Amino acid sequence: MSDDIWILGINMTKFGKHPDLDTVDLAAQAAMAALADGGVTMADMGVLAAGNLIGGGGLGQQLQKQIGQTGIPVYNVSNACATGATALRTAIMAIKAGECDMGLAVGVEKLAGAGLLGAGGTAKSDKNVYEPSGRYGAVTNTDGRIGTNNMPGTFAQIGMEYGHKYGGTSFELFAKISEKNHSHSTLNPLAAYTKKMSLEQIMGDMMIAYPNTRPMCSANCDGGAAAVVISGAKLKTLSLEQQRRAVKVSASVLTSDPWSESCQVLPDVNTLTRMASTQAYEQAGVGPADLDLVELHDCFATAELVHYDNLQLCEQGGAVDFFNSGAPWRDGTMPVNVSGGLQSKGHPIAATGIANIWEVCHHLRGEAGDRQIQGARVGLAHVIGLGSACGVHILEKSAA
Amino acid sequence: MATAVPIVDYLVLGDDPHLIARECTGCGARFFDRRNACASCFATTFADTPVATTGELKAFTIVAFAAPGVPVPFVAGVVDCDGTSVRGNVIGVDPDPDHVALGMKVKLTTYVVGTDDDGTEAIGFGFAPLEA
Repeated sequence: MSDDIWILGINMTKFGKHPDLDTVDLAAQAAMAALADGGVTMADMGVLAAGNLIGGGGLGQQLQKQIGQTGIPVYNVSNACATGATALRTAIMAIKAGECDMGLAVGVEKLAGAGLLGAGGTAKSDKNVYEPSGRYGAVTNTDGRIGTNNMPGTFAQIGMEYGHKYGGTSFELFAKISEKNHSHSTLNPLAAYTKKMSLEQIMGDMMIAYPNTRPMCSANCDGGAAAVVISGAKLKTLSLEQQRRAVKVSASVLTSDPWSESCQVLPDVNTLTRMASTQAYEQAGVGPADLDLVELHDCFATAELVHYDNLQLCEQGGAVDFFNSGAPWRDGTMPVNVSGGLQSKGHPIAATGIANIWEVCHHLRGEAGDRQIQGARVGLAHVIGLGSACGVHILEKSAA
Repeated sequence: MATAVPIVDYLVLGDDPHLIARECTGCGARFFDRRNACASCFATTFADTPVATTGELKAFTIVAFAAPGVPVPFVAGVVDCDGTSVRGNVIGVDPDPDHVALGMKVKLTTYVVGTDDDGTEAIGFGFAPLEA
């Protein structure tokens, strides 16, 4: 079918500290490797979507000036932690619209040493004259006085809210989720952290926002990822080897958060993720039971739990039992985050939504080495950015 | 006598301090900020409506690490006030997991946040455990 979309080439850089590489270097490294992986060049690309959140804008054109200026349209994309997935989907939409038959999507971030995200705003001194300002008419800084704006605290509450609704959660349970991901990353040479951590180490580490200790938070680091996408019709004109390694994009979905009662009080990351997964399963014509692996957005241990449920990997309300069954471990029935996830592989924000696709493709191509999930044919990649935006992609191994 | 202002404009001071929500006259959705239109039904008229001052703690975290100038640790949470979710700190309780629990019954309470150069006090609010 001519409206099929495939990943032709894909790459992620090593995640971690890259003091000698700037944002454009990392983007160039990932983009050039993705082009080489697909056996194509910038001359073949009809669109470029470039994702970057912190860097200040205009990454796409800066990247072109290093790797190839061909006059194609550039979309500079920013969509919170869903930026990478949004860049990929932008390139996919251009192909689906018939504007071109091949496109490049890149996501990159320099985040090593960034510290606490979402702490936001400059603290107003209490020693002026109180005057209401902003949408809440606040006379002084409200962060820490009317709840918390920071990411660890926000996602901690999201996990606790799930526990209140369905029961069964505890500090230890959330720490065990982190133990899994820190164990998985020992097999991933591109992960920022590759050291196994015991449950005791994780629970005994520095508390950031109960119940999330430091290793239960996503690791700020540098990294880039890029993908070349292609139409099914164009793919048929390429070599058999290129066709064999191409990975089918069976579903590409992006949602934002629909209004729910408390979503402007505490972000509702559940409804839009459930919507996205439902749409993705429908688009792909597969169900959760067909998945061989899942890379989901474990920005905090407390977030991973709720997304088991939101992605329908378990019965509604059954995420605790699902985890306790051992299912999401790499040798379980539904391996989740075999890359190590954001907690251990790392989370260079805009790169994450393409790097998770790379991880899935790696397994579907049978190229994942020591951490290969044997016989993997179908995988799902999920990201969520607060605000909110959710991207879900379902990928399938080539039949060729 | 010192004058007092609320920390946010949806806190009403006086003998019976309480929060007010901007309630959509079309669908009843409640908001705490200045509105352009309703996020649920797109209507543009709202009525200030008092929010229940007691409720149940439905989510919380104990923030141990925050932006400079924000005293830690503190308990941040979401309180279900008779069907309206309210964001606020849990106060009047030791900020540790042995003293804060999901499902805890709490009541709105106010306190002085600070005083400005004119001697005006800013009054904040939080939720304290409700005596049984």
